[in-house]
Amino acid sequence: MNGSVPSRGDHARSGRRVLAANAVTKQFAKDGAAIVALDQLTVSIAEGSFVTVLGRSGCGKSTLLNLLAGLVPPTTGEIHYRDRVLTGPDTGIGYLTQTDTLMPWRDVRRNIELPLEIRGLPAARRREIARDLVERVGLGGFEKHYPRELSGGMRRRASLARMLAGSPETLLMDEPFGALDAQLRTELQQDLLALWQGTGQTVVFVTHDIDEALLLGDRVVVLGPLGRILLDREIGLARPRSADALRTDPAFVALHRELSAALRQGR
Amino acid sequence: MSMAAAGPVRVGLEQSWWQRHGATAVVWLLRLGLLAAILVLWQVAADRWIDSTFTSKPSEIVGRLGDWSADGTLWTNTWVTVQEIVYGFALGAAAGAIAGFGLASLTLVYRVLDPFMMALYSIPKVALAPLFIVWFGIGMHMKVLLAAATVFFLVFLNTAAGVREVDRGLIDAVRLMGGTRRDIARKVVLPASMTGLLTGLKVAIPYALIGAVIGELVASNRGLGYLINDSAAQFDTAGVFAALVVLSVIAGVLNIFVGVIGRRVNRWKPAD
Repeated sequence: MNGSVPSRGDHARSGRRVLAANAVTKQFAKDGAAIVALDQLTVSIAEGSFVTVLGRSGCGKSTLLNLLAGLVPPTTGEIHYRDRVLTGPDTGIGYLTQTDTLMPWRDVRRNIELPLEIRGLPAARRREIARDLVERVGLGGFEKHYPRELSGGMRRRASLARMLAGSPETLLMDEPFGALDAQLRTELQQDLLALWQGTGQTVVFVTHDIDEALLLGDRVVVLGPLGRILLDREIGLARPRSADALRTDPAFVALHRELSAALRQGR
Repeated sequence: MSMAAAGPVRVGLEQSWWQRHGATAVVWLLRLGLLAAILVLWQVAADRWIDSTFTSKPSEIVGRLGDWSADGTLWTNTWVTVQEIVYGFALGAAAGAIAGFGLASLTLVYRVLDPFMMALYSIPKVALAPLFIVWFGIGMHMKVLLAAATVFFLVFLNTAAGVREVDRGLIDAVRLMGGTRRDIARKVVLPASMTGLLTGLKVAIPYALIGAVIGELVASNRGLGYLINDSAAQFDTAGVFAALVVLSVIAGVLNIFVGVIGRRVNRWKPAD
Protein backbone atom coordinates (compact mmCIF):
# COMPACT_ATOMS: atom_id res chain seq x y z
CA MET A 1 0.00 0.00 0.00
CA ASN A 2 2.74 2.38 0.98
CA GLY A 3 4.71 1.69 -2.15
CA SER A 4 1.84 2.01 -4.63
CA VAL A 5 1.69 5.44 -6.22
CA PRO A 6 -1.90 6.50 -6.97
CA SER A 7 -2.42 7.79 -10.46
CA ARG A 8 -4.34 10.82 -9.22
CA GLY A 9 -1.50 12.01 -6.98
CA ASP A 10 0.94 11.45 -9.81
CA HIS A 11 -1.10 13.65 -12.07
CA ALA A 12 -1.33 16.31 -9.39
CA ARG A 13 2.43 16.40 -9.01
CA SER A 14 2.92 16.80 -12.71
CA GLY A 15 0.11 19.37 -13.12
CA ARG A 16 1.10 22.97 -13.63
CA ARG A 17 0.36 25.68 -11.13
CA VAL A 18 -3.20 26.98 -11.50
CA LEU A 19 -3.73 29.02 -8.34
CA ALA A 20 -1.14 30.50 -6.03
CA ALA A 21 -0.82 32.87 -3.11
CA ASN A 22 2.43 34.80 -3.20
CA ALA A 23 3.48 36.18 0.20
CA VAL A 24 -0.06 37.36 0.98
CA THR A 25 -0.87 39.23 4.15
CA LYS A 26 -4.41 40.11 5.12
CA GLN A 27 -5.30 42.63 7.79
CA PHE A 28 -8.71 43.87 8.85
CA ALA A 29 -9.07 47.34 10.33
CA LYS A 30 -11.06 47.37 13.54
CA ASP A 31 -11.43 50.19 16.07
CA GLY A 32 -8.27 51.89 14.86
CA ALA A 33 -6.17 48.71 15.08
CA ALA A 34 -5.30 46.17 12.42
CA ILE A 35 -6.26 42.54 13.02
CA VAL A 36 -3.85 40.28 11.17
CA ALA A 37 -5.55 37.18 9.76
CA LEU A 38 -2.81 35.93 7.45
CA ASP A 39 0.86 36.78 7.51
CA GLN A 40 3.14 36.24 4.51
CA LEU A 41 1.50 33.04 3.28
CA THR A 42 2.84 31.42 0.15
CA VAL A 43 1.16 28.36 -1.31
CA SER A 44 0.67 27.02 -4.78
CA ILE A 45 -2.00 24.66 -6.10
CA ALA A 46 -1.33 22.30 -9.01
CA GLU A 47 -3.88 21.82 -11.77
CA GLY A 48 -6.21 18.87 -11.31
CA SER A 49 -5.19 18.19 -7.71
CA PHE A 50 -7.40 17.87 -4.67
CA VAL A 51 -5.76 19.90 -1.90
CA THR A 52 -7.15 19.90 1.62
CA VAL A 53 -6.28 22.77 3.93
CA LEU A 54 -6.40 21.66 7.54
CA GLY A 55 -6.41 24.03 10.48
CA ARG A 56 -8.05 24.97 13.74
CA SER A 57 -10.73 27.63 13.96
CA GLY A 58 -9.34 31.11 13.52
CA CYS A 59 -6.15 30.14 11.70
CA GLY A 60 -7.17 32.12 8.63
CA LYS A 61 -8.47 29.23 6.49
CA SER A 62 -11.61 31.07 5.42
CA THR A 63 -9.67 34.28 4.82
CA LEU A 64 -7.32 32.32 2.56
CA LEU A 65 -10.25 31.00 0.51
CA ASN A 66 -11.85 34.45 0.26
CA LEU A 67 -8.54 35.72 -1.11
CA LEU A 68 -8.17 32.80 -3.54
CA ALA A 69 -11.74 33.41 -4.73
CA GLY A 70 -10.96 37.05 -5.43
CA LEU A 71 -13.73 38.22 -3.12
CA VAL A 72 -11.38 40.33 -1.01
CA PRO A 73 -8.01 41.79 -2.04
CA PRO A 74 -4.90 40.93 0.00
CA THR A 75 -3.36 43.75 2.03
CA THR A 76 0.04 42.90 0.57
CA GLY A 77 1.19 40.16 -1.78
CA GLU A 78 -0.59 38.74 -4.81
CA ILE A 79 -2.94 35.95 -5.80
CA HIS A 80 -2.13 34.37 -9.14
CA TYR A 81 -4.74 32.56 -11.18
CA ARG A 82 -3.30 30.87 -14.22
CA ASP A 83 -1.05 33.45 -15.87
CA ARG A 84 -2.37 36.58 -14.27
CA VAL A 85 -2.86 38.39 -11.01
CA LEU A 86 -6.36 37.89 -9.59
CA THR A 87 -8.08 41.22 -8.90
CA GLY A 88 -11.68 40.08 -8.52
CA PRO A 89 -13.94 37.01 -8.75
CA ASP A 90 -13.40 34.84 -11.80
CA THR A 91 -16.02 32.55 -13.33
CA GLY A 92 -13.31 29.89 -13.67
CA ILE A 93 -13.27 29.63 -9.88
CA GLY A 94 -16.28 28.20 -8.01
CA TYR A 95 -16.65 28.80 -4.29
CA LEU A 96 -18.80 26.76 -1.93
CA THR A 97 -19.00 28.80 1.26
CA GLN A 98 -19.51 27.56 4.79
CA THR A 99 -23.02 29.00 5.05
CA ASP A 100 -25.73 28.57 2.45
CA THR A 101 -26.04 31.41 0.00
CA LEU A 102 -28.96 30.02 -1.99
CA MET A 103 -31.44 32.73 -2.93
CA PRO A 104 -34.37 32.07 -0.56
CA TRP A 105 -36.90 33.38 -3.09
CA ARG A 106 -35.83 30.96 -5.81
CA ASP A 107 -36.68 27.27 -5.84
CA VAL A 108 -33.94 24.66 -6.29
CA ARG A 109 -34.08 24.63 -10.08
CA ARG A 110 -33.97 28.40 -10.44
CA ASN A 111 -31.14 28.63 -7.91
CA ILE A 112 -29.11 26.18 -9.96
CA GLU A 113 -29.92 28.15 -13.10
CA LEU A 114 -28.69 31.44 -11.65
CA PRO A 115 -25.06 31.27 -12.85
CA LEU A 116 -26.32 30.28 -16.30
CA GLU A 117 -28.78 33.17 -16.30
CA ILE A 118 -25.98 35.60 -15.50
CA ARG A 119 -23.93 34.07 -18.31
CA GLY A 120 -26.89 34.75 -20.62
CA LEU A 121 -27.78 31.19 -21.65
CA PRO A 122 -31.21 30.68 -23.26
CA ALA A 123 -33.94 29.34 -20.96
CA ALA A 124 -34.23 25.92 -22.63
CA ARG A 125 -30.49 25.24 -22.34
CA ARG A 126 -30.49 26.41 -18.70
CA ARG A 127 -33.30 24.09 -17.81
CA GLU A 128 -31.56 21.16 -19.47
CA ILE A 129 -28.32 21.73 -17.53
CA ALA A 130 -30.20 22.27 -14.26
CA ARG A 131 -32.22 19.07 -14.72
CA ASP A 132 -29.05 17.08 -15.28
CA LEU A 133 -27.35 18.60 -12.22
CA VAL A 134 -30.36 18.03 -9.98
CA GLU A 135 -30.12 14.34 -10.78
CA ARG A 136 -26.34 14.21 -10.37
CA VAL A 137 -26.43 15.67 -6.86
CA GLY A 138 -29.37 13.46 -5.87
CA LEU A 139 -32.08 16.11 -5.57
CA GLY A 140 -34.48 14.57 -8.12
CA GLY A 141 -38.08 15.48 -7.24
CA PHE A 142 -37.13 18.54 -5.20
CA GLU A 143 -36.70 21.03 -8.07
CA LYS A 144 -39.72 23.03 -7.02
CA HIS A 145 -38.79 23.31 -3.33
CA TYR A 146 -37.62 26.55 -1.79
CA PRO A 147 -34.41 26.42 0.29
CA ARG A 148 -36.36 26.78 3.55
CA GLU A 149 -38.27 23.62 2.69
CA LEU A 150 -35.06 21.56 2.39
CA SER A 151 -32.95 19.87 5.06
CA GLY A 152 -29.40 21.08 5.69
CA GLY A 153 -27.88 18.28 3.62
CA MET A 154 -30.19 18.96 0.69
CA ARG A 155 -29.33 22.65 0.77
CA ARG A 156 -25.64 21.68 0.57
CA ARG A 157 -26.42 19.51 -2.45
CA ALA A 158 -28.29 22.37 -4.09
CA SER A 159 -25.37 24.74 -3.39
CA LEU A 160 -22.97 22.21 -4.87
CA ALA A 161 -25.15 21.88 -7.97
CA ARG A 162 -25.31 25.65 -8.35
CA MET A 163 -21.54 25.93 -8.16
CA LEU A 164 -21.11 23.13 -10.72
CA ALA A 165 -23.63 24.80 -13.04
CA GLY A 166 -21.09 27.55 -13.63
CA SER A 167 -18.69 24.76 -14.81
CA PRO A 168 -15.69 26.17 -12.95
CA GLU A 169 -12.26 24.57 -13.44
CA THR A 170 -11.22 25.30 -9.88
CA LEU A 171 -13.42 24.62 -6.86
CA LEU A 172 -12.91 26.24 -3.47
CA MET A 173 -14.80 24.70 -0.56
CA ASP A 174 -14.91 26.13 2.94
CA GLU A 175 -15.90 23.41 5.45
CA PRO A 176 -18.87 22.66 3.20
CA PHE A 177 -20.12 19.76 5.32
CA GLY A 178 -19.19 21.17 8.73
CA ALA A 179 -22.74 21.75 9.89
CA LEU A 180 -24.03 18.29 8.99
CA ASP A 181 -24.30 15.16 11.12
CA ALA A 182 -21.52 12.57 10.79
CA GLN A 183 -23.52 10.10 8.67
CA LEU A 184 -24.62 12.72 6.19
CA ARG A 185 -21.11 14.16 6.04
CA THR A 186 -19.67 10.77 5.05
CA GLU A 187 -22.35 10.39 2.42
CA LEU A 188 -21.69 13.82 0.91
CA GLN A 189 -17.91 13.29 1.00
CA GLN A 190 -18.33 10.11 -1.07
CA ASP A 191 -20.69 11.90 -3.44
CA LEU A 192 -18.25 14.77 -3.84
CA LEU A 193 -15.41 12.39 -4.70
CA ALA A 194 -17.62 10.57 -7.19
CA LEU A 195 -18.58 13.88 -8.83
CA TRP A 196 -14.99 15.14 -8.93
CA GLN A 197 -13.19 11.97 -10.08
CA GLY A 198 -12.19 12.19 -13.69
CA THR A 199 -13.30 15.78 -14.24
CA GLY A 200 -9.78 17.21 -14.02
CA GLN A 201 -11.05 19.98 -11.78
CA THR A 202 -8.76 21.47 -9.17
CA VAL A 203 -10.15 21.48 -5.63
CA VAL A 204 -9.06 23.42 -2.56
CA PHE A 205 -11.01 22.04 0.38
CA VAL A 206 -10.78 23.69 3.80
CA THR A 207 -11.60 21.64 6.89
CA HIS A 208 -10.79 21.32 10.57
CA ASP A 209 -11.38 17.55 10.49
CA ILE A 210 -8.27 15.37 10.05
CA ASP A 211 -10.27 12.37 8.77
CA GLU A 212 -11.95 14.51 6.15
CA ALA A 213 -8.63 16.02 5.06
CA LEU A 214 -7.13 12.55 4.58
CA LEU A 215 -10.16 10.95 2.98
CA LEU A 216 -10.46 13.61 0.28
CA GLY A 217 -7.06 15.09 -0.45
CA ASP A 218 -4.14 14.32 -2.76
CA ARG A 219 -2.19 16.76 -0.67
CA VAL A 220 -2.80 18.28 2.72
CA VAL A 221 -1.60 21.68 3.89
CA VAL A 222 -1.76 22.19 7.66
CA LEU A 223 -2.15 25.83 8.69
CA GLY A 224 -1.19 27.24 12.06
CA PRO A 225 -1.92 30.66 13.56
CA LEU A 226 -1.74 33.56 11.04
CA GLY A 227 -1.67 31.05 8.20
CA ARG A 228 1.79 29.70 8.99
CA ILE A 229 2.25 26.42 7.09
CA LEU A 230 3.01 23.71 9.64
CA LEU A 231 3.03 20.78 7.24
CA ASP A 232 2.58 20.34 3.51
CA ARG A 233 2.65 16.81 2.19
CA GLU A 234 1.22 14.46 -0.42
CA ILE A 235 -1.32 11.85 0.65
CA GLY A 236 -0.33 8.62 -1.02
CA LEU A 237 -3.56 6.75 -0.29
CA ALA A 238 -5.03 4.87 -3.24
CA ARG A 239 -8.33 5.96 -4.74
CA PRO A 240 -11.20 5.26 -4.62
CA ARG A 241 -11.07 5.66 -0.85
CA SER A 242 -13.71 4.51 1.57
CA ALA A 243 -14.05 6.01 5.02
CA ASP A 244 -14.61 2.59 6.63
CA ALA A 245 -11.67 0.83 4.97
CA LEU A 246 -9.31 3.74 5.64
CA ARG A 247 -9.79 3.72 9.39
CA THR A 248 -7.87 0.45 9.73
CA ASP A 249 -5.28 1.21 7.03
CA PRO A 250 -1.84 1.54 8.72
CA ALA A 251 -0.80 4.27 6.25
CA PHE A 252 -3.89 6.27 7.16
CA VAL A 253 -3.28 5.80 10.87
CA ALA A 254 0.32 6.98 10.52
CA LEU A 255 -0.77 10.05 8.51
CA HIS A 256 -3.48 10.80 11.04
CA ARG A 257 -0.87 10.78 13.82
CA GLU A 258 1.43 13.03 11.82
CA LEU A 259 -1.27 15.62 11.10
CA SER A 260 -2.53 15.52 14.64
CA ALA A 261 1.00 16.21 15.91
CA ALA A 262 1.40 19.06 13.42
CA LEU A 263 -1.84 20.66 14.61
CA ARG A 264 -0.74 20.39 18.24
CA GLN A 265 2.65 21.88 17.46
CA GLY A 266 0.98 24.97 16.05
CA ARG A 267 -0.85 25.76 19.22
CA MET B 1 -24.26 9.80 -7.05
CA SER B 2 -27.70 8.42 -7.48
CA MET B 3 -28.89 7.84 -3.93
CA ALA B 4 -32.01 9.68 -2.87
CA ALA B 5 -31.31 12.66 -0.65
CA ALA B 6 -32.49 12.18 2.91
CA GLY B 7 -35.05 14.77 3.84
CA PRO B 8 -38.70 15.63 4.36
CA VAL B 9 -41.26 13.52 2.54
CA ARG B 10 -44.78 14.55 1.58
CA VAL B 11 -47.65 12.19 2.47
CA GLY B 12 -51.43 12.52 2.16
CA LEU B 13 -53.42 13.27 5.29
CA GLU B 14 -56.92 11.95 6.05
CA GLN B 15 -58.96 14.57 7.94
CA SER B 16 -62.64 15.16 8.42
CA TRP B 17 -64.26 18.54 7.69
CA TRP B 18 -64.42 19.25 11.42
CA GLN B 19 -60.71 18.48 11.97
CA ARG B 20 -59.79 20.77 9.10
CA HIS B 21 -62.09 23.71 9.73
CA GLY B 22 -63.52 23.16 13.21
CA ALA B 23 -61.38 25.73 15.03
CA THR B 24 -61.98 28.39 12.35
CA ALA B 25 -65.74 27.78 12.40
CA VAL B 26 -65.87 28.16 16.19
CA VAL B 27 -63.92 31.44 16.03
CA TRP B 28 -66.26 32.83 13.39
CA LEU B 29 -69.38 31.79 15.28
CA LEU B 30 -68.07 33.46 18.43
CA ARG B 31 -67.25 36.63 16.48
CA LEU B 32 -70.78 36.80 15.07
CA GLY B 33 -72.21 36.08 18.53
CA LEU B 34 -70.16 38.89 20.08
CA LEU B 35 -71.25 41.36 17.40
CA ALA B 36 -74.92 40.38 17.82
CA ALA B 37 -74.69 40.67 21.62
CA ILE B 38 -73.20 44.17 21.40
CA LEU B 39 -75.85 45.33 18.92
CA VAL B 40 -78.71 43.91 21.00
CA LEU B 41 -77.34 45.42 24.22
CA TRP B 42 -76.91 48.77 22.50
CA GLN B 43 -80.44 48.70 21.10
CA VAL B 44 -81.95 47.71 24.46
CA ALA B 45 -79.90 50.21 26.47
CA ALA B 46 -80.64 53.16 24.21
CA ASP B 47 -83.43 55.39 25.64
CA ARG B 48 -83.82 52.95 28.55
CA TRP B 49 -80.57 53.54 30.47
CA ILE B 50 -78.76 56.04 28.26
CA ASP B 51 -79.83 59.01 26.15
CA SER B 52 -79.92 58.00 22.48
CA THR B 53 -79.24 61.61 21.47
CA PHE B 54 -75.62 60.86 22.30
CA THR B 55 -75.27 57.20 21.39
CA SER B 56 -77.98 56.77 18.75
CA LYS B 57 -79.03 53.12 18.33
CA PRO B 58 -78.45 50.34 15.77
CA SER B 59 -81.98 50.54 14.29
CA GLU B 60 -81.61 54.28 13.64
CA ILE B 61 -78.14 53.80 12.12
CA VAL B 62 -79.45 51.10 9.78
CA GLY B 63 -82.34 53.39 8.90
CA ARG B 64 -79.95 56.26 8.14
CA LEU B 65 -77.80 54.01 5.96
CA GLY B 66 -80.99 52.99 4.09
CA ASP B 67 -81.99 56.64 3.52
CA TRP B 68 -78.50 57.66 2.37
CA SER B 69 -78.30 54.65 0.12
CA ALA B 70 -81.67 55.52 -1.45
CA ASP B 71 -80.85 59.18 -2.12
CA GLY B 72 -77.29 58.43 -3.30
CA THR B 73 -75.51 60.37 -0.52
CA LEU B 74 -73.81 57.16 0.64
CA TRP B 75 -72.46 56.14 -2.76
CA THR B 76 -71.13 59.49 -3.95
CA ASN B 77 -69.34 60.24 -0.69
CA THR B 78 -67.96 56.71 -0.29
CA TRP B 79 -66.72 56.79 -3.86
CA VAL B 80 -64.89 60.07 -3.21
CA THR B 81 -63.15 58.66 -0.13
CA VAL B 82 -62.27 55.37 -1.82
CA GLN B 83 -60.72 57.25 -4.74
CA GLU B 84 -58.67 59.38 -2.38
CA ILE B 85 -57.41 56.28 -0.56
CA VAL B 86 -56.53 54.39 -3.75
CA TYR B 87 -54.82 57.30 -5.53
CA GLY B 88 -53.04 58.37 -2.36
CA PHE B 89 -51.83 54.84 -1.69
CA ALA B 90 -50.71 54.23 -5.28
CA LEU B 91 -48.86 57.54 -5.49
CA GLY B 92 -47.18 57.26 -2.10
CA ALA B 93 -46.29 53.58 -2.52
CA ALA B 94 -44.78 54.04 -5.99
CA ALA B 95 -42.73 57.07 -4.93
CA GLY B 96 -41.68 55.38 -1.68
CA ALA B 97 -40.62 52.14 -3.38
CA ILE B 98 -38.60 53.89 -6.10
CA ALA B 99 -36.97 56.33 -3.66
CA GLY B 100 -36.27 53.57 -1.15
CA PHE B 101 -34.66 51.27 -3.68
CA GLY B 102 -32.72 54.05 -5.40
CA LEU B 103 -31.45 55.92 -2.36
CA ALA B 104 -30.59 52.89 -0.23
CA SER B 105 -28.40 51.53 -3.04
CA LEU B 106 -26.31 54.71 -2.87
CA THR B 107 -24.74 54.34 0.56
CA LEU B 108 -23.30 57.85 0.86
CA VAL B 109 -26.48 59.60 -0.30
CA TYR B 110 -28.55 57.49 2.07
CA ARG B 111 -26.33 58.27 5.03
CA VAL B 112 -26.58 62.00 4.28
CA LEU B 113 -30.35 61.96 3.84
CA ASP B 114 -31.27 59.53 6.61
CA PRO B 115 -31.73 62.05 9.49
CA PHE B 116 -33.75 64.40 7.25
CA MET B 117 -36.04 61.57 6.19
CA MET B 118 -36.55 60.50 9.81
CA ALA B 119 -37.35 64.10 10.80
CA LEU B 120 -39.92 64.43 8.03
CA TYR B 121 -41.36 61.01 8.86
CA SER B 122 -41.80 62.04 12.50
CA ILE B 123 -43.98 65.05 11.66
CA PRO B 124 -47.64 64.15 12.35
CA LYS B 125 -49.12 64.26 8.88
CA VAL B 126 -52.26 66.01 10.13
CA ALA B 127 -50.00 69.00 10.88
CA LEU B 128 -49.33 69.23 7.16
CA ALA B 129 -53.03 69.59 6.31
CA PRO B 130 -53.24 73.40 6.66
CA LEU B 131 -50.18 73.79 4.44
CA PHE B 132 -51.61 71.37 1.87
CA ILE B 133 -54.85 73.40 1.83
CA VAL B 134 -52.84 76.52 1.03
CA TRP B 135 -50.98 74.70 -1.72
CA PHE B 136 -53.63 72.49 -3.27
CA GLY B 137 -57.00 73.88 -2.13
CA ILE B 138 -59.70 71.88 -0.41
CA GLY B 139 -60.44 69.55 -3.33
CA MET B 140 -59.52 65.90 -3.75
CA HIS B 141 -55.86 66.67 -4.56
CA MET B 142 -55.25 67.78 -1.00
CA LYS B 143 -56.56 64.49 0.48
CA VAL B 144 -54.77 62.33 -2.08
CA LEU B 145 -51.47 64.07 -1.32
CA LEU B 146 -52.01 63.91 2.43
CA ALA B 147 -52.62 60.15 2.20
CA ALA B 148 -49.65 59.80 -0.18
CA ALA B 149 -47.33 61.69 2.19
CA THR B 150 -48.08 59.23 4.99
CA VAL B 151 -47.79 56.17 2.76
CA PHE B 152 -44.58 57.42 1.15
CA PHE B 153 -42.53 57.42 4.34
CA LEU B 154 -43.74 54.02 5.53
CA VAL B 155 -42.99 52.38 2.18
CA PHE B 156 -39.73 54.31 1.76
CA LEU B 157 -38.32 53.41 5.16
CA ASN B 158 -39.27 49.73 4.94
CA THR B 159 -37.96 49.33 1.38
CA ALA B 160 -34.71 51.10 2.28
CA ALA B 161 -34.29 48.85 5.32
CA GLY B 162 -34.88 45.80 3.09
CA VAL B 163 -32.23 46.97 0.62
CA ARG B 164 -29.70 47.74 3.33
CA GLU B 165 -30.19 44.44 5.13
CA VAL B 166 -29.47 42.27 2.10
CA ASP B 167 -27.29 39.30 3.08
CA ARG B 168 -23.70 40.07 2.05
CA GLY B 169 -23.21 36.37 1.27
CA LEU B 170 -25.89 36.47 -1.44
CA ILE B 171 -24.23 39.46 -3.11
CA ASP B 172 -20.85 37.69 -3.01
CA ALA B 173 -22.46 34.58 -4.51
CA VAL B 174 -23.56 36.58 -7.56
CA ARG B 175 -20.17 38.30 -7.78
CA LEU B 176 -18.57 34.84 -7.88
CA MET B 177 -20.81 33.92 -10.80
CA GLY B 178 -19.35 36.86 -12.70
CA GLY B 179 -22.37 39.08 -12.02
CA THR B 180 -22.15 42.82 -12.70
CA ARG B 181 -23.53 45.55 -10.43
CA ARG B 182 -26.67 45.40 -12.53
CA ASP B 183 -27.01 41.65 -11.97
CA ILE B 184 -26.59 42.18 -8.23
CA ALA B 185 -29.29 44.86 -8.21
CA ARG B 186 -31.74 42.77 -10.27
CA LYS B 187 -31.09 39.26 -8.99
CA VAL B 188 -30.32 39.93 -5.33
CA VAL B 189 -31.13 43.40 -4.01
CA LEU B 190 -34.49 43.79 -5.77
CA PRO B 191 -35.98 40.43 -4.72
CA ALA B 192 -34.40 40.65 -1.24
CA SER B 193 -35.93 44.08 -0.66
CA MET B 194 -39.38 42.76 -1.68
CA THR B 195 -39.99 41.62 1.90
CA GLY B 196 -39.31 45.14 3.13
CA LEU B 197 -41.41 46.69 0.37
CA LEU B 198 -44.35 44.37 1.03
CA THR B 199 -44.10 45.00 4.78
CA GLY B 200 -44.17 48.72 4.00
CA LEU B 201 -47.23 48.32 1.76
CA LYS B 202 -48.92 46.26 4.43
CA VAL B 203 -48.47 48.76 7.25
CA ALA B 204 -49.23 51.71 4.94
CA ILE B 205 -52.71 50.54 3.83
CA PRO B 206 -54.57 51.72 6.95
CA TYR B 207 -52.60 54.97 6.92
CA ALA B 208 -53.89 55.77 3.44
CA LEU B 209 -57.41 55.60 4.91
CA ILE B 210 -56.38 57.72 7.90
CA GLY B 211 -54.70 60.33 5.68
CA ALA B 212 -57.70 60.66 3.39
CA VAL B 213 -60.27 60.90 6.20
CA ILE B 214 -58.20 63.39 8.20
CA GLY B 215 -57.93 65.54 5.09
CA GLU B 216 -61.71 65.43 4.75
CA LEU B 217 -62.26 66.23 8.43
CA VAL B 218 -60.00 69.29 8.21
CA ALA B 219 -61.63 70.81 5.15
CA SER B 220 -63.99 69.36 2.56
CA ASN B 221 -67.45 69.35 1.08
CA ARG B 222 -67.52 65.71 0.00
CA GLY B 223 -66.45 62.30 1.33
CA LEU B 224 -67.10 60.22 4.44
CA GLY B 225 -65.04 62.57 6.62
CA TYR B 226 -67.30 65.40 5.47
CA LEU B 227 -70.40 63.31 6.29
CA ILE B 228 -69.08 62.76 9.83
CA ASN B 229 -68.34 66.46 10.34
CA ASP B 230 -71.65 67.55 8.81
CA SER B 231 -73.74 65.07 10.85
CA ALA B 232 -71.96 65.96 14.10
CA ALA B 233 -72.53 69.67 13.47
CA GLN B 234 -76.29 68.96 13.30
CA PHE B 235 -76.09 66.75 16.40
CA ASP B 236 -77.09 63.82 14.19
CA THR B 237 -75.30 60.96 15.99
CA ALA B 238 -77.00 58.32 13.83
CA GLY B 239 -75.39 59.98 10.79
CA VAL B 240 -71.94 59.98 12.45
CA PHE B 241 -72.24 56.31 13.32
CA ALA B 242 -73.54 55.44 9.84
CA ALA B 243 -70.45 57.07 8.27
CA LEU B 244 -68.22 55.25 10.78
CA VAL B 245 -69.83 51.92 9.83
CA VAL B 246 -69.00 52.57 6.17
CA LEU B 247 -65.42 53.50 7.10
CA SER B 248 -64.98 50.28 9.08
CA VAL B 249 -66.31 48.26 6.13
CA ILE B 250 -63.71 49.96 3.89
CA ALA B 251 -61.03 49.27 6.51
CA GLY B 252 -62.14 45.62 6.64
CA VAL B 253 -61.82 45.25 2.87
CA LEU B 254 -58.38 46.91 2.97
CA ASN B 255 -57.34 44.50 5.73
CA ILE B 256 -58.15 41.60 3.45
CA PHE B 257 -55.59 43.03 1.01
CA VAL B 258 -53.13 43.32 3.90
CA GLY B 259 -53.69 39.64 4.67
CA VAL B 260 -53.08 38.63 1.06
CA ILE B 261 -49.87 40.66 0.96
CA GLY B 262 -48.79 39.20 4.29
CA ARG B 263 -49.11 35.67 2.98
CA ARG B 264 -47.12 36.58 -0.13
CA VAL B 265 -44.37 38.06 2.10
CA ASN B 266 -44.08 34.91 4.17
CA ARG B 267 -43.97 32.44 1.32
CA TRP B 268 -40.23 31.96 1.10
CA LYS B 269 -39.20 33.47 4.41
CA PRO B 270 -36.93 31.23 6.49
CA ALA B 271 -38.96 29.07 8.85
CA ASP B 272 -37.18 30.15 12.05
